[in-house]
Amino acid sequence: MTLALKDIRHSLFRFVLTCFGLGLLMTVVLAMIGIYNGLVSDALAAVKAPRADLWIVEANTQGPFAEASALPAATRDAVARLPGIAEAGAITYQTIEARHGAQTLRLYVIGYERSHPGGPPTLIDGRGLGRSHYELVADRKSGLAVGDTIRLGRNRFSVVGLTENAMNSGGDPAVFMTLSDAMALQGELDPAAERVRAARGAAAPDTSTVAAVIARIEPDADVTRVAATIRQWKHLGALTQAQQEELLLASVVDRARRQIGLFLGILLSVSAVVIALIIYTMTMEKLKQIATLKLIGAPDRTILGLIVQQALILGASGWAIGLSLILLVKDNFPRRVVLEPTNALVLFGIIILVCILASGLGIRAALKVDPATALGG
Amino acid sequence: MAIGDLLVEVSGVAKHYGEGEARVDALRAVDVQIRAGEVVAMLGPSGSGKTTLLNIIGCIVDPSAGRLVLDGETVFDGRWLRGNLRRLRLDKIGFIFQAHNLLPFLTAEENVSLVLDLAGWTPTASKARARELLDYLEVGHRARVKPAHLSGGEAQRVAIARALANRPRIILADEPTAALDSVRAQLVMDLLRKLAVEQEACILTVTHDEKIFDRFDRLIHLRDGRLSTE
Repeated sequence: MTLALKDIRHSLFRFVLTCFGLGLLMTVVLAMIGIYNGLVSDALAAVKAPRADLWIVEANTQGPFAEASALPAATRDAVARLPGIAEAGAITYQTIEARHGAQTLRLYVIGYERSHPGGPPTLIDGRGLGRSHYELVADRKSGLAVGDTIRLGRNRFSVVGLTENAMNSGGDPAVFMTLSDAMALQGELDPAAERVRAARGAAAPDTSTVAAVIARIEPDADVTRVAATIRQWKHLGALTQAQQEELLLASVVDRARRQIGLFLGILLSVSAVVIALIIYTMTMEKLKQIATLKLIGAPDRTILGLIVQQALILGASGWAIGLSLILLVKDNFPRRVVLEPTNALVLFGIIILVCILASGLGIRAALKVDPATALGG
Repeated sequence: MAIGDLLVEVSGVAKHYGEGEARVDALRAVDVQIRAGEVVAMLGPSGSGKTTLLNIIGCIVDPSAGRLVLDGETVFDGRWLRGNLRRLRLDKIGFIFQAHNLLPFLTAEENVSLVLDLAGWTPTASKARARELLDYLEVGHRARVKPAHLSGGEAQRVAIARALANRPRIILADEPTAALDSVRAQLVMDLLRKLAVEQEACILTVTHDEKIFDRFDRLIHLRDGRLSTE
């Protein structure tokens, strides 16, 4: 057993407590990484759900996520007839709040055409939409279960299926319903408001527009050429799936992403300072022992080994505790925490590097110790 | 008793700190010779230069001038002639401290064997030698105990075992009996004398403990950095 391990064993309780403290800090770092990933993953969930190759939106807009976009619903037929298009579907998005039992749910309503692209990516319970009206498939995070009913707008909808990982960039769980129900929900007014509108003689809201048309292309078709063809219609814009994802990350979640990224950087810096201070303090407490080691003839590498090994054990233990804790509590966070194995490994590498760098202060203090201080007087 | 080889030869050694008006002369042209088997006490008031001389002989403080020969090897002559002074200390010098300075996270046996591990002994050989020394010093039954659980006398005997582990021929002790009562202090000095003879080593001790003056072959008096009477 090395001197470092023997020293740790000698004051095990204090060392474990220090590791636990560092572990809590690592938990926060990993949580921030997870929230950052979750933010990106959630933002992309709605874009990835329809498994589209092309997004056809209103011309000169970056819709339907970064900007509002409105297209005539009939655009789907025109797009579907283009060479290279395998299938197309009209789609709408809106966020609503609804009461369910004692809770107020914030839901991301996705309207799509049955038997066309745009529906729930997977079903984990129940079935897909079987009727034209008043059925929905909900993300499991909404808290809705198969068989539940919920009032949305003027109508009561039955939950017939459950999906997962379908939400908007704000983390609101998605519900999928037929396009006609979603368009009605979009245009319908509260009965009292409807009476006021009728009394004023104002025109009824237009419910014949959709947010976008999504299309899947033939296997041998060139997506950029098909997009260019669509753009020849002056009232339409076309974005490939990659462009849509890039746009969403750049415009919708970029600020939040940078905010979390900055916070993560600050947390890592704080961790580095804390690790450096812990190692420095541990070394300062051992100066007399280090002087004795030097006096009896221990080479510098023995003393460096003592400090660096303890720093590495501290860092590795803190990382392991942090990882264990975050894996235990990650599902209790209000926002999705997504941790990839590479995140944990990269953090491990950073912590080890920080530990080695942080040992520098302690090593400097240790190398400056005069062996004569062991003798005193 | 038989007096053997010249192990410590200090010739014209001086040490000063600072320059100009701030200059303090800790040692002024000191000459000391100690032979194998000798047990020598260094006496003097506080600030007389005792610890400085001990540190210079222990190769942990640079002399300002003079010559130092240890166990027949000239190690300082206006400058250090040995690059690796730690290795020199490991091979030739054993230190005994006032407060024993045992490493608190190692057992008594590990404290002793550490010196041998550093000197390149195999773990088995160093362990056997450590046990042999601890048994000889009658603390073998405390080999697996950490310093915090040893009595003052036991800890000092473990410290002596550590100082002797690599069979150094020069043993430097700084107030080795300061923490002990008079009976134990005399026992420790008798033990050191016996070991000095057996290992053909010399022992130079800084002490103020008058109770043990009769245990030394010679007393060296230092005053204001000068040798007053030998």
